Amino acid sequence: MFRNQYDTDVTTWSPTGRLFQVEYAMEAVKQGSAAIGLRSRSHVVLASVNKAQSELSSHQRKIFKVDDHIGVAIAGLTADGRVLSRYMRSESINHSFTYESPLPVGRLVVRLADKAQVCTQRSWKRPYGVGLLVGGLDESGAHLYYNCPSGNYFEYQAFAIGSRSQAAKTYLERRFESFNESSREDLIKDAILAIRETLQGETLKSSLCTVSVLGVDEPFHFLDQESIQKVIDTFEKVPEEEEDGGEAEAEAAAAPTEQGGAGDQDVAPMEM
Amino acid sequence: MTFTIPIDNGDALKNAEADSQRTLYPYVTGTSIVAIKYKDGVLMASDMGGSYGSTLRYKNIERVKAIGKHSLLGASGEISDFQEILRYLDELVLNDNMWDDGNSLGPKEVHNYLTRVMYNRRNKFNPLWNTLVLGGVKNGESYLGMVSMIGVSFEDNHVATGFGNHLARPILRDEWRADLSFEDGVKLLEKCMRVLLYRDRSAINKLQIAKITEEGVTVSQPYSLKTFWEFQAFHNPTAGAQGSW
Repeated sequence: MFRNQYDTDVTTWSPTGRLFQVEYAMEAVKQGSAAIGLRSRSHVVLASVNKAQSELSSHQRKIFKVDDHIGVAIAGLTADGRVLSRYMRSESINHSFTYESPLPVGRLVVRLADKAQVCTQRSWKRPYGVGLLVGGLDESGAHLYYNCPSGNYFEYQAFAIGSRSQAAKTYLERRFESFNESSREDLIKDAILAIRETLQGETLKSSLCTVSVLGVDEPFHFLDQESIQKVIDTFEKVPEEEEDGGEAEAEAAAAPTEQGGAGDQDVAPMEM
Repeated sequence: MTFTIPIDNGDALKNAEADSQRTLYPYVTGTSIVAIKYKDGVLMASDMGGSYGSTLRYKNIERVKAIGKHSLLGASGEISDFQEILRYLDELVLNDNMWDDGNSLGPKEVHNYLTRVMYNRRNKFNPLWNTLVLGGVKNGESYLGMVSMIGVSFEDNHVATGFGNHLARPILRDEWRADLSFEDGVKLLEKCMRVLLYRDRSAINKLQIAKITEEGVTVSQPYSLKTFWEFQAFHNPTAGAQGSW
């Protein structure tokens, strides 16, 4: 993507019908570290890579509880993500207060999308620079949505966003058809394996990732380090024999980087 | 029944205007509602009277209405406030339908929404002068609850408003069972309504019984209860009386 004369304002169309500022905002999502979501009929798992500014600092929080039945994982400008998470928590709790019943996740994502759309149509605003993977429960079961800075939202069986998410997406594409019927444990395992894809050869440790689960009889909560390490141990012990391990290496090498050439060192400090 | 708040600023004109915007007392009122959970859902009975003080002015008022797909609302108290509440709920159901997403408001949600509305109005000293009964069935679960004009709200297996609390609830406490059939449920409600007919001066002998189940709502056509006035004690009521009582 190159600079052009139509990209200064979000309220300026290009002659080919594009809003470049919105597209640039979507680029910001790709700069953040990976976040992954997958769902079965009854559960949703959200996982993210823990990236720290430096060795001295702690890692940024990328997964937030919105309510007992809704969680969100973000990639991109974490400050924008934090503000939107607060908005989601507010909407959810207001609904609970008035109706004593959980806000259907489908309705929450529409409100979120409408909020994002406003920023694409005001000359004094800028689009939110964060992509959100919203997982939650509804009357009709478990759902996973992806909210875009453009104001669009899509429903997914499984999805990955952020840097090197293509590797994870490839892994998920191979396995997604079985997710609906997956058990909770298999779903968690698949999430961690997908995270591993984004690490490109770096050894997978439980300190490197955050995993959260919610389900029909299970309020949103994070898995502790021990549980994550246990799952990792079931497949990390025999990396050569593991069919996925071999393919993962080949995939990681071949996966195109969608950062426009920017390596980790060039990531702006405000994005994680 | 007066219901004014003393406001201490000397401006009588301003005060008058402010007070005329608040509910001070009800004008056209409906009397008791009696409702029970039964095997397949909820049954709700009410008569069709609207009293204007002590006059039985209106005799064709429907005080039980269906709300959305899953709920039934009955009201006693000020009829115009009931109509206002129906308008609020109409808007609520409309917006819920507009989402068009497979989710729908159940009786619990409607009950809590009404509780919020009633309590907020009470806090502004401008209550909706009703006691509401909300019953419904969603996903096989029956729900029955009540909200008063001051925002007191609760759920129970059987509820009644106004006089019904004093005359019908004791009968229900003795005779209600969780597995009542439709016929037995109606018989039980009719027993309560008959007592109310005899003893509540604002009750009229024209009632409707509404039923809500997983399938939906049906409101019966208005009908009358058989009454019996030939008790011996009524034949010569003043025999043996001393004084004017």
